[in-house]
Amino acid sequence: MLETLWFFLWGLLWAVYFMLDGFDLGLGILLPVTSKRDKETRALYRAMGPFWDGNEVWLVAAGGVTFAAFPTAYAVMFSSLYAPLLCVLFALIIRAVAVEFRGQLEASAWRAFWDACLWASSFAAAFLFGLIFANLFRGIPLNEDGLFQGSLLALFNLYGVSGGAFFLIAFMFHGSLWLVIKSDGKLRSRAIVAAVSSWTAVTLAALLFLILSGFRTDLYVNYVNMPVLFLIPGAAIAALLAARIFISRRSWWKAWFSSAIFIVAATFFGIAGLYPYILRSTLDERFGITLYEAASSPLTLKTMLVVVCIFVPLVLVYQGWVYWLFRDRIEDGDTAAGEPY
Amino acid sequence: MDVLILSRIQFAAATYFHFLFVPLTLGLSIIIAIMETIYVRSGDTDYLRMTKFWGKIFVINFVVGVVTGITLEFQFGTNWSRYSQYVGDVFGPLLAIEATAAFFLESVFLAVWIFGWKRLSPKAHVAAIWLVAFASTLSALWILVANSWMQHPVGYVLRNGRAELANLLDIVTQSYSVLTFLHATSASYVVAGFFVMGVSAFHLLRNSHRLLFEKSFRIGLYFSLIFSIFVVAEGHMHGADLAEKQPAKLAALESLWETQAYAPLYLLAVPGMDNEGNVLEFGRVPGVMSLLAHHRPDAVVTGLNDIPKELRPPVAPVFYSFRFMVVLGGLFVLLTLYGWLRRNRLSESRTFLRILVYAVPLPYIVCLAGWTVTEVGRQPWIVYGLMKTADAVSPIAAGHVAVSLWAFIIVYSLVGVGAFAMMLRIIRKGPAEDARKEVSSHA
Repeated sequence: MLETLWFFLWGLLWAVYFMLDGFDLGLGILLPVTSKRDKETRALYRAMGPFWDGNEVWLVAAGGVTFAAFPTAYAVMFSSLYAPLLCVLFALIIRAVAVEFRGQLEASAWRAFWDACLWASSFAAAFLFGLIFANLFRGIPLNEDGLFQGSLLALFNLYGVSGGAFFLIAFMFHGSLWLVIKSDGKLRSRAIVAAVSSWTAVTLAALLFLILSGFRTDLYVNYVNMPVLFLIPGAAIAALLAARIFISRRSWWKAWFSSAIFIVAATFFGIAGLYPYILRSTLDERFGITLYEAASSPLTLKTMLVVVCIFVPLVLVYQGWVYWLFRDRIEDGDTAAGEPY
Repeated sequence: MDVLILSRIQFAAATYFHFLFVPLTLGLSIIIAIMETIYVRSGDTDYLRMTKFWGKIFVINFVVGVVTGITLEFQFGTNWSRYSQYVGDVFGPLLAIEATAAFFLESVFLAVWIFGWKRLSPKAHVAAIWLVAFASTLSALWILVANSWMQHPVGYVLRNGRAELANLLDIVTQSYSVLTFLHATSASYVVAGFFVMGVSAFHLLRNSHRLLFEKSFRIGLYFSLIFSIFVVAEGHMHGADLAEKQPAKLAALESLWETQAYAPLYLLAVPGMDNEGNVLEFGRVPGVMSLLAHHRPDAVVTGLNDIPKELRPPVAPVFYSFRFMVVLGGLFVLLTLYGWLRRNRLSESRTFLRILVYAVPLPYIVCLAGWTVTEVGRQPWIVYGLMKTADAVSPIAAGHVAVSLWAFIIVYSLVGVGAFAMMLRIIRKGPAEDARKEVSSHA
């Protein structure tokens, strides 16, 4: 019971991370498409400025909780996915530094360099997160001792790559909606175009991913055994449709929230299919690691539950307050010289 | 090279690099909070300009500290997976608590501080930086508790083939945790104090923004005076604690080979590279080491020869790092005491100011030396007496680690050069002339 609760919380932390950092990674990916002038680029940086750092802490929390609640899974997962994981971390380092360093010098070559870094690192992080999670949903080649038997290239299978593409497009969609909310002028009109076209793309990608999951993974076994779970992918589809309706009505905040729900539901689509495994093995079902095998002792799980029950609601309150504090659109005056970005 | 050596180099490089940025942020957050508080209470705009000037440097350090900290968290899984598996039940929660209780607070309120100049009242704004300072300290506490558990594991039981949590409170409150926390944070405050003094001295020597930097200098001076003295006194208690908890490390600190009562201190000793004795000993002062370790000159101190060779740390790096730490720590006390005497005649004390400019890197070096003592002195154990470093490494290909080590070196060098170049630029440029104009431009 405690283990199952933690499995849910574990999935939730990753889902919240994707929901939050998803939009600022999306903004980075959109940079070359939407921002033609330095003023617009600065506005784009400003759209993530007060938020990206707090968002990234959800990754630290998700990593920490994986470590605390499922140490065996943490150990096997991260050592097996050594190369892509470190690439994600390097990408996130470069993203953070780009956001921070860009505004320090006026020289246009300097700014262009960091813009390129922001784009490349956001692109790589979004794609690799998708690749990693799709491979986790599909299973990785683990032998009976929990040792990874595959190669780096094996992760670039059809399902893994489609997962990468799916995350990439979903984050782009999420980021474009955020940009519509935060910007004005030409930047905003371009963001609207990006939102509308990426909606079509993300819908296609989501459907493709759902179908491929049927052919390439065992995720649906749980769904067939427990049809009520179909509510999760159902919620994802409904959230996507709602997003489209809100886009036509120009209700951008609602569209963004729908996209946020879509990302959470999409993550849970895989998490629910994975249960009771936290790591599936493609070599033999028995070599997979279940959440019971991976879990920490009851005392650790209880201790962490107390910690999480106290602090996560608190974090939600003050982080929500920050979103509220910086809810305004970025106007021209905001991007004047002497700004943080 | 094998995967163990490569992983150790990689983790050491990542930790040292991380620790080039973290100590400054720990101390500077408090110094900036003090500066802004003085501004809010007095309305003296010099303190506002100061706040903004040091704030820029703080933000750069904070960001680099954050991103390099994330790689450290994940390296436990990528490179030390057997460690994570064996002790994750105890060690994992400490990292997870740090993230949920402290790190969120730190990051979120730093953003409020950076972007909130116009949106918050001055009092709410200064509260944001105090929260950042508080949360940074809390962050340090949990990380150092985790590290102290590796140094002196308590509050666990061996069950189901691994270490399982038995008592969280024991882990947090054990003397090793408390002493390490006090030592590392106060050393960090010395880094920040000397940084502020050094940069202020640089401007005072150039006679730019004199009043502002005299005020900055004083804040840095009082801050480093208090903590230089504190860290020396506290460091002594730390040494005495080692006698009981990590005798091998203590013996390595002084390169003491024979177990003896009236254990001596040498004015000069040179440990041999073969880790089997000293090649040179000079100026024997009997009883001093016994006195320092056990507060009695006749106390018996364990020597390295009574510890099996394969369980001894490499003595030379520990021994020399410790000397660096002690000598420079003493120098900091002298420098800050002298500064306190000259506090009203700073502009006449040009030689002293020049020395302080060059002293900026020294506390950094001391911190790195301190980590060397702590971490190398614990070898061959990853968790003292419980798990060997060699048994902790991930079962992965050495080639992967070799490639990632190069990637670390390249990415970190770029980030490090960039960060220090930015800092130098900000320092050279000095604070903005008109603080109010700057406020209004910060939306």
